[in-house]
Amino acid sequence: MLNLLWLQSGGCGGCTMSLLNAESPDLITTLEAAGINLLWHPSLSEESGSEVIELLQQAIDGQIPLDILCIEGSMLMGPLGSGRFHLMGGTGIPMIEWVRKLAQQARYTVAVGSCAAYGGISAAGENVTEATGLQYDGELSGGLLGANYRSASGQQVVNIAGCPTHPNWITETLLQIALGEFDETQVDNLGRPRTYADHLVHHGCARNEYYEYKASAELPGQLGCMMENMGCLGTQAHADCNIRPWNGEGSCTRGGYACINCTAPEFEEPAFAFMQTRKIAGIPVGLPTDMPKAWFVALASLSKAATPERLKNNAVSERIIYPPSKQKADSK
Amino acid sequence: MSRILVGPFNRVEGDLEVTLDINENRVQSASVNSTLYRGFEQILQGKKPYDALVYTPRICGICSVSQSVACAYALADSMQLAMPRNGELCTNLVLANENMADLLTHFYLFFMPDFARPIYKAQPWFDTVQQRFQSVKGDASREMLPARAEFLHLMGLLAGKWPHSLSIQPGGSAKPVESQERLRILTILSGFRRFLETRLFGDSLEQIAQLKSELELQQWAAQQPWQSSDLRMFLHLSERLQLDTYGRSVDQFMSYGNYLLEGDRFFSSGVSDSQGQKRALNSALITEDISHGWLTGQDQPRHPALGVTQPSLDNKEGYSWCKAPRLDGQVMETGALARQLVNGHPLILDLVARSGGNVRNRMLARLLELAIVIPQMERWARQIDPKEPFCLHGKLPDSADGVGMVEAARGSLGHWLSIRDGKIANYQIIAPTTWNFSPRDQQGVPGALEQALVNAPVQDGEKDPVAVQHIVRSFDPCMVCTVH
Repeated sequence: MLNLLWLQSGGCGGCTMSLLNAESPDLITTLEAAGINLLWHPSLSEESGSEVIELLQQAIDGQIPLDILCIEGSMLMGPLGSGRFHLMGGTGIPMIEWVRKLAQQARYTVAVGSCAAYGGISAAGENVTEATGLQYDGELSGGLLGANYRSASGQQVVNIAGCPTHPNWITETLLQIALGEFDETQVDNLGRPRTYADHLVHHGCARNEYYEYKASAELPGQLGCMMENMGCLGTQAHADCNIRPWNGEGSCTRGGYACINCTAPEFEEPAFAFMQTRKIAGIPVGLPTDMPKAWFVALASLSKAATPERLKNNAVSERIIYPPSKQKADSK
Repeated sequence: MSRILVGPFNRVEGDLEVTLDINENRVQSASVNSTLYRGFEQILQGKKPYDALVYTPRICGICSVSQSVACAYALADSMQLAMPRNGELCTNLVLANENMADLLTHFYLFFMPDFARPIYKAQPWFDTVQQRFQSVKGDASREMLPARAEFLHLMGLLAGKWPHSLSIQPGGSAKPVESQERLRILTILSGFRRFLETRLFGDSLEQIAQLKSELELQQWAAQQPWQSSDLRMFLHLSERLQLDTYGRSVDQFMSYGNYLLEGDRFFSSGVSDSQGQKRALNSALITEDISHGWLTGQDQPRHPALGVTQPSLDNKEGYSWCKAPRLDGQVMETGALARQLVNGHPLILDLVARSGGNVRNRMLARLLELAIVIPQMERWARQIDPKEPFCLHGKLPDSADGVGMVEAARGSLGHWLSIRDGKIANYQIIAPTTWNFSPRDQQGVPGALEQALVNAPVQDGEKDPVAVQHIVRSFDPCMVCTVH
């Protein structure tokens, strides 16, 4: 059995709430089958108060093996590096101190969510709490544990980025660790598991046909592609949200709103606005990352010229006005 | 007199510690510390108003949609925009989905596992309750988690995902519902109804919702063995442990009312005392006091529209990051019990008139609400008309003020927004647990939980008194919302 310890700090707890949505099978069965023993988790475990403090101390002293340390929420260094913005309840000790000590014992250290990975939402604005990630401060290597940190298995912090994380991103990473299949080849250059970060949110987007013809939505609720006007970053965002949906059948783009690239460092401070596309001379800034811009513009104007009436009209409607079978609309 | 520090509390959302002064095995006084400060109100300063729809849900992973709805209402208020009927129906369904999932999560994962603690080993009911509710190992979590996950498939259909959706907009829902999706929603609701009726209640939702008094509840419970459903199990151990004598607080209850449809709220708003004497809620009388917080920038309590959030460790009286909200200077308890009392449910009126706000009554109000709201969700879903609009659009003025008030699972949530020069000039949030877990105010009056803990029994040698655990969790605290 592998021991898993989970702690939360400067975040919303949403990654845990999402994890509880794990299905086929449920979370508890999944962990049990993977041979993972939940040493302590703030939402699930019986132990509270002094029992928890004792347990953490035993893990720090090496009396209990700490195989996997999962941290959810950003590390609050403030004010003035003191960590006082989060003293762990009942201990009077900054959470960042607990995490530093526990990370020295952990075989694998896992940042769950963009807050723990890079600082995330808590680091937005002027970052008054001096929020940072475990091994990244935004896009820069460093964070609480420093660029040179390695857990006892020799790994950097695993960054299961996302705001929140899909339950399977977590369970599959844990399973890879449990099976002894996790090494540095399993993460991308921002430490994210490649099991989901090798895909783009664009892949499998249900608005794909609108994208192909640049038939764009203009207002919330409309069916068209959200890249041109609505701020959608799905063509740049690393995640498999539209290949492996959320809560049964959902994803951000299926839910009627833009992908805000929440698996990326510094997504919390968009250059423009979350739900509006920044344009220069009418052309959206931030086109697909690995496509020459001139080609994209050329293809876009070509496909725009070829857009069927059906898509043009449906794109700015809340419901399908012209179903594909109505050929008449296309030939108008 | 002795003093103990209890924490970290788990099975609450976020981090919490409580300082207790104890004399002759009873809590004499309590101080509640919300230990985490993140500064959302500072983050929002200067942002584009619509970006608040992205930031505010991320205050909380368990009340995410409630934050979303409060924000959308505040923006709509700023631009004098009303949702179309479909937009309101979808907003209510998404909000009710989160709220009902939260009530369920609280009962099964957060509250009941405390009765499987070794301290209760000698109780005749212990083996049965442990088998069912022990954390992680009990049967109930393995049944409840799939039921919860399938119920939250509503979010996949109506909100893209949960938590942290952007589908709820000031003008309605950005996710129009197609006719087949409407049918899926009804199917998902019937699946969840079945779980509640067979496992939680052991009876139909309608039967539970129409119980009118403590006597009727007792008679209903006695119809079947106490082990036959989770509600009967709770009633059994509640009676044995006299949970109705634990955690009585101020007995002033407040609800903003919830689930807006064409000008009416399905649950009404107001303030009530324990005898069900109801008065209208005047939100102009809400203030926040920072006298016992690690905060600065306000000499006197202020209405949230003029509130200031500035952390400072210099306040010598400070013992929490939390502000102290008051209504006309009074401490308020908020949550499902307050909601059902203000809305005048006969069972809750009777229970509270007899024993006030307490651990048992808070739990019963939550479960009752599941029995009331799920059938209403079925009605809302049937009323969706896929041919009609879901979202209207307006223009945000450069300068405006707006308020968004909503009921999250754990009580009254308000957002107060000021827009100047097209940007957010001020954004203040008062969450349910800010009310319930408030520190003392400048008059030295303790908050609702601080009062509820007074007189809690502490057994010799108890480091983490179990009665305190029950009382704290009976409020279903959300600490990440509390300070935000």
